[in-house]
Amino acid sequence: MNAPLTVAVTGLNATDNPGPGVGVIRSLRHCRDLNVRVVGLAYDALEPGVYADGLVSDVFMIPYPSQGVVPLRDRLAYIRERTGFDVIIPTLDAELPGFVELAPELAAQGVGTLLPTVEQLDLRCKAKLAALGDRGLPVPASRVLTDVAQLYTIHEVIPYPLVVKGPYYGARVVHTLEEAVAAFYKMVAEWGYPVIVQQFVAGQELCVLAVGDGDGGLVGAVQMRKTVITDKGKGWAGVAIRDPGLSQLTATFMKATKWRGPCELEVIRDAAGGYHVLEVNPRFPAWCFLSAGAGMNLPYAVAELAAGRPLTPLHDYRVGTMFVRIALDQISDMDAFSRMSTSGEVVRSQGVSR
Amino acid sequence: MQRLRDLAISDSGFVFDPFSGATYTVNGTAQVLLDGLKRGLDRDGLVALLRERFECSTEDLPRDIDDLVQSLRMFGLVPGGFEVRG
Amino acid sequence: MSRPLYDRPILARHQTGLMNKFSRVASMQPQTHIDGVPVQTLTEAYGSPLFVFSEKTMVARYRELRDAFARRFSKVRVTWSYKTNYLDAICKVFHREGAWAEVVSEFEWEKARHNGVPGERIHLNGPLKTEATLRRVLPEGTLIHVDNFDELALLERLADELHLTPKVAVRVNMSVGSLTAWSRFGFNLESGQAMTAANRILAGKRLELVGLHCHLGTFILDPDSYREQAAKLAGLANELRRAHGAILSFIDIGGGFASHSKLKAQYLPGEQATPGFDRYAAACAEGMAALDYPAGQEPTIVLESGRALVDDAGTLISTVIANKRMPDGQRGLVIDAGVNVLFTSFWYDHDVVPAQPFGGISEPTVMYGPLCMNIDVVRDTIQFPPMRTGEQVVFRNVGAYNVTQWMQFITYRPAVVIIGADGRHGIIRKREQLETLLASEEVPSWL
Ligand SMILES: Cc1ncc(COP(=O)(O)O)c(C=O)c1O
Repeated sequence: MNAPLTVAVTGLNATDNPGPGVGVIRSLRHCRDLNVRVVGLAYDALEPGVYADGLVSDVFMIPYPSQGVVPLRDRLAYIRERTGFDVIIPTLDAELPGFVELAPELAAQGVGTLLPTVEQLDLRCKAKLAALGDRGLPVPASRVLTDVAQLYTIHEVIPYPLVVKGPYYGARVVHTLEEAVAAFYKMVAEWGYPVIVQQFVAGQELCVLAVGDGDGGLVGAVQMRKTVITDKGKGWAGVAIRDPGLSQLTATFMKATKWRGPCELEVIRDAAGGYHVLEVNPRFPAWCFLSAGAGMNLPYAVAELAAGRPLTPLHDYRVGTMFVRIALDQISDMDAFSRMSTSGEVVRSQGVSR
Repeated sequence: MQRLRDLAISDSGFVFDPFSGATYTVNGTAQVLLDGLKRGLDRDGLVALLRERFECSTEDLPRDIDDLVQSLRMFGLVPGGFEVRG
Repeated sequence: MSRPLYDRPILARHQTGLMNKFSRVASMQPQTHIDGVPVQTLTEAYGSPLFVFSEKTMVARYRELRDAFARRFSKVRVTWSYKTNYLDAICKVFHREGAWAEVVSEFEWEKARHNGVPGERIHLNGPLKTEATLRRVLPEGTLIHVDNFDELALLERLADELHLTPKVAVRVNMSVGSLTAWSRFGFNLESGQAMTAANRILAGKRLELVGLHCHLGTFILDPDSYREQAAKLAGLANELRRAHGAILSFIDIGGGFASHSKLKAQYLPGEQATPGFDRYAAACAEGMAALDYPAGQEPTIVLESGRALVDDAGTLISTVIANKRMPDGQRGLVIDAGVNVLFTSFWYDHDVVPAQPFGGISEPTVMYGPLCMNIDVVRDTIQFPPMRTGEQVVFRNVGAYNVTQWMQFITYRPAVVIIGADGRHGIIRKREQLETLLASEEVPSWL
């Protein structure tokens, strides 16, 4: 057993559109080689992960990313004082810019992270996905629109059907100009400008959880096909697969971007066997516990690498391993909630004295 | 005033209303005032209570008391027409 | 044993999504001084509300901008965009640093001349160029950025009449990445209109084509937009060289760089979202690399930054008039500066902090101005500590557009003050008085 490691993890919002934190923590706890203590970092007193049995030893509230890095820096300094965490694994899109900015400072204080650079974060943002095409990745033709009039001629460059997307979330498949215009206004109303129009590609939706070493190499990757999809488009069940074309694609992505840390590639495989990268999420996906369950524990790998510890080579994963998500109700008394809402922390462990 | 008396208030200032399930945070001053209101103190009594428990300078205490009572009315913790006596 | 200090009673209901107390307030610091001068000293001397400008910040921002571009281009010209803030003292600071003037009206042009800027160091932009204006400015050699074909015809006629060859630039609009194109200004690039305009100027020979200009918009957070803009302008310049052998003396990339303010729709605060000048300059240089010009004849890169130079240097001090409890449970804070003086609060969530040390629990607070109008909200819900009447708040990064777009409504416009690099301070615009306003009024004899 390795020396003990204290890992701070965000994204405890395991709702019907779940944050990845609970999956990351369960993976860490799943690993028998890892003597881990987990500190949860939450944004709201009611994040479900706070109340799950045996999940987090201690939980601390942290300021919203919209508040900027200064409050985050102050709060992390306090939490570090209290818990002595060695590693932070942020798991939410909106908080990444802040953590990426703080990473060098944290490193100087002995706190490890495994995060992409600002440029890498920028490269995979929705409105700029086409830039990945310039680097040899198959991305569907897309245009970034700021004016509905641009839709009138869009078929000249991208034939119908199209996918109309918001800048952060939301996507709708449209077959006619009328539908496209309606979808355009809906996206603008919900998410603001710009609107992204992408070529629609039919096929199988596949996902890859990959961890890059920052030098263009791959630490490990697990492929998955969603078998149950919720009305929000989230995978509710899935199965580990292995598709050599997808492995090739993942390797190309790593080489092209020199990605550092975890990411999720969302890919369509069309009937002709072609691949299309729809999106790259710069963090663990919520389904990452599948990697632990299938034998290639990538959250564990990220924690070890972030801590600067040598990584024992990962085992290959077992194709055919499934995950099936269940919704269950945790029982809690008022105490933990009361402490979260008055002091912003619940300390269950003895803490460490430093 | 039953709603007010039923409130569960912890030392840390966490308030639970068993009637509605709503929860609140109060500061020390409000905690003392809630206590005084439960005991049925009038405005002068509440002012005296605050002066006894806190280092007060030039604050307009009756006005602050009315402000809290307005919040209580708004959250339905006292009846709509409730006013502090005096 | 000493008793705890009294604190206003607060009962805050828990609401999902609004229960995070480790927000900015946790690290909110009062701003008691501006460039070393106590806020209280300033309001005692000049009243409240009060705009305060920091000469130090203006100079620092100017040099940072100039240096970022000078590191990448052999010839750089910064012009001061008058509309952003045309108080003489503000303009003088930038002119002293070497800035030319960018103006969009005869009034602004006269102001620049009044500030000692020679006519040939003024770029005249915008759609408001009347014949009278052009007759006034052309003999002084002012650079005209042509906006439309009617203006072009007018310029050619005046050139003949006045026996001059005016130096002109073609203002170009274009679609760039995800920005909404400011297509109502200048000639469109994609449709070939800009090329037509340039061809006509070059063929007509009555005007001298010296530059290309494009202003993309304002508060542009993505430096990439300037890469694309520069590449397109360079492409147009290349075409003109190929077709006519024309070598331009400048390419003007306009203004639009972001300050450290925060747009309402913006998620991350300015200190994280706003790119440094270096990133804008790098993007522009990458795009401009497409320019195919003979060595030594590179055009001057012209900048027309307004907001990015002066916004961070301006602070508004305002005084609390009253506290209110709103029906939705929020606290209302009535202050003496409304949207009449802080016009930009319609688009920006301004960074506001108390001007004196504070304590107590912060509450969701709305800040209202003093106008008798429902729209007078200077700050939507913000977690803010308790304030007493008579205490002050300071709004930061509000130096751009407010002292030009403000309006005189129900009360006087406040004084504007500058703090010098050495800590001296002085008035640069007096608070209005009854006489100020009466001076421009008249009552006809029959009334
Ligand atoms: C032609 C032109 N140049 C420069 C500016 C200054 O823009 P900013 O303050 O965003 O730098 C403007 C502003 O509207 C403008 O219209």
